[in-house]
Amino acid sequence: MSDVVVVEYGAGNTRSVRAAFTHLGVTSVVSSDLATIANAELVVLPGVGSARSAMEHLESTGAAQALRDRFESGDPILGICLGMQLALEHSDEDGGVDGIGLLSGSVHLLTEGRVPRLGWAPVEPWGDAYYFAHSYAAHSPDAVASSEGVTVAIERGAFLGVQFHPEKSGTAGLAFLERCLSPA
Amino acid sequence: MPLARLIPCLDVAHGRVVKGVNFVGLRDVGDPVELAKFYSDGGADELVFLDIAATPEESATMTSVVADVADVLEIPFTVGGGVRSVEDAIRIIESGADRVSLNSAALADPGLITAIARRFGSQAVVVAIDAGDGVVHTHGGRVATTTRTIPWAVEAASRGAGEILLTSIAHDGLRGGFDLELTAAVRDAVSVPVIASGGAGSAAHVADVLRITDAALIASIVHENPAGLPGLRREIQELGIELRPVKELI
Repeated sequence: MSDVVVVEYGAGNTRSVRAAFTHLGVTSVVSSDLATIANAELVVLPGVGSARSAMEHLESTGAAQALRDRFESGDPILGICLGMQLALEHSDEDGGVDGIGLLSGSVHLLTEGRVPRLGWAPVEPWGDAYYFAHSYAAHSPDAVASSEGVTVAIERGAFLGVQFHPEKSGTAGLAFLERCLSPA
Repeated sequence: MPLARLIPCLDVAHGRVVKGVNFVGLRDVGDPVELAKFYSDGGADELVFLDIAATPEESATMTSVVADVADVLEIPFTVGGGVRSVEDAIRIIESGADRVSLNSAALADPGLITAIARRFGSQAVVVAIDAGDGVVHTHGGRVATTTRTIPWAVEAASRGAGEILLTSIAHDGLRGGFDLELTAAVRDAVSVPVIASGGAGSAAHVADVLRITDAALIASIVHENPAGLPGLRREIQELGIELRPVKELI
């Protein structure tokens, strides 16, 4: 059994996520297999792509339901960027798409500043700067961190989602992933 | 707004870094993976790889470079040159690049911008514009087209480009400073971020352009002395530009 399972959904850049875990000395596999998702130590829902095609893929393979079951069981899931947004109930992206619905909240187009929001920015209250590349942002009662007024982390039960890309955020990102592997 | 970005650009041909990297501290200055890792350790915010010899036969070589880079790099990187179709973009992004940069292919078929943005999101599509005398140029800046620079930047963004990489041909390679006027004009015309390129010769030049735009592309100033990147970052910060805090590893 692998320590980390990166969920495959057709459009993600899974290679960089796996490289980051390899860097931390942790083996990972890319899979959309339901049993593999159920049994992993940590499941990562990565994030490049568009909401609609991602959700179609996740629902048709059964991975969305496997994630809901896993969440109910209290087994950890990390959502990254689009992977965080998909955990909410609804996204305005692609004309409106229902998400997996693990947490309450929805996803809306950014309205402030340059869009897409690209680059490194500090995250409060965590302190470090991480790399962002997004046009949509989460609105959720489960927000636990923000950056420049934008919700950039949501957490409830076994799910933690972050808007930034820890796998692309240098030493700060690696330290974040390490904390996800060994929660205090 | 996120912090200003400093982006070294590596020209790659046949899988090797070409053009002016002078540094005795690297075992192999031509190895894109080693140089990328070195710049990442030195505090680069992002990297751009430009495949300057891009031909259809070369695409497999570049894909393997991208995969090798992705396996060692924990900062984002963009790949340009040789991206002519959605399939090219899929190949590059699935190999681990964060974004692709389109230049003449986008001019020839602006629908390509939209097609890639639909698949991967706007943040994954950069449109590179080589500008001179008010018009867009192709063939590495040698051939002028009739397309006006500012309207093309606006069209590219409206079609789904998530960033404009703007090179002033007249300033490129001279190390006399960026084209501040052109950069400001393009930035005012679009709502996506703009990377300024062409002319970086000193920390002051970079600081000047970062006061008016989101990111600066740097080439010879850093290739001449890759170990000087942390020092360059410090100088830029001393000039009042906030960059991300990094613990340099070089």
